[in-house]
Amino acid sequence: MNSLSDFVVVSALLFGIGVYGLVTKRNAMRLLFAVELMINAANLNFVAFNQYLPYQEASNAVGQTVVLFSIALAAAEAAVILAIVVVAYRLHNDIDVSEMKTLEG
Amino acid sequence: MAVVTVGGAIVSLEAKELVYGAIGLAGSLFGVATLFFLLNAPYVAVFQLAVYIGAVAVLILFTVMLVRQEGWAKEVRPKSTTSVAGVIAAVAVILALTFAVLATDLSRYTVIANTATYVDVGRLISTGYAPVLEVLALVLAASIVGALALSRVDRDGDAS
Repeated sequence: MNSLSDFVVVSALLFGIGVYGLVTKRNAMRLLFAVELMINAANLNFVAFNQYLPYQEASNAVGQTVVLFSIALAAAEAAVILAIVVVAYRLHNDIDVSEMKTLEG
Repeated sequence: MAVVTVGGAIVSLEAKELVYGAIGLAGSLFGVATLFFLLNAPYVAVFQLAVYIGAVAVLILFTVMLVRQEGWAKEVRPKSTTSVAGVIAAVAVILALTFAVLATDLSRYTVIANTATYVDVGRLISTGYAPVLEVLALVLAASIVGALALSRVDRDGDAS
């Protein structure tokens, strides 16, 4: 567990599991879990590449900075999704996304 | 730690009970945080612990536990064609990415060459990326206000 490709493979596994969840699950909370997993896979890639292959000089922290912003964005997104899920549950008594057809044209 | 990360991810999606799924997600996020530590990026790791484990996972757990009723526990089993398609898609993505990685010479890099500390991160955030930080603060504030407005309950008990 100490070469760059190991981290990238773990990231690919996480991303694949996220894809599986997005395709198969119909529960809104599971979809949120899947999206969080995929965001984490991307973050892991950013930090791994930044740490093993520094850009230009060895004290470059662009990848870490981007990941900090990404984590904050993901937190905001999770808050909004949870609010939407609570509202959808109140309206439909259900959080099955295939049942939510109010906005369907 | 890779096992914790991937195992937690699988548990989060496949656990029967949604609460266990949320705990599995927390485990997976914790695994990613330890991977950040291994990558010699302790600042990002602590940020991940604070924000993901401290805020997001706890928020999800509270939502699941507070609002959990029959409708949440009930999970429609996906049609078998859907799950087969999901497994195929996931395996295809994983195999494609893994072979793409193994075809390169990324395994040649075994030394963490980056010596950046939190000082460099802070300098970068407060100089070049300061506008991004400002916009991100606005986005966070807007999303929190939006979440509050969405989940507001009127006095009559109607969902607004």
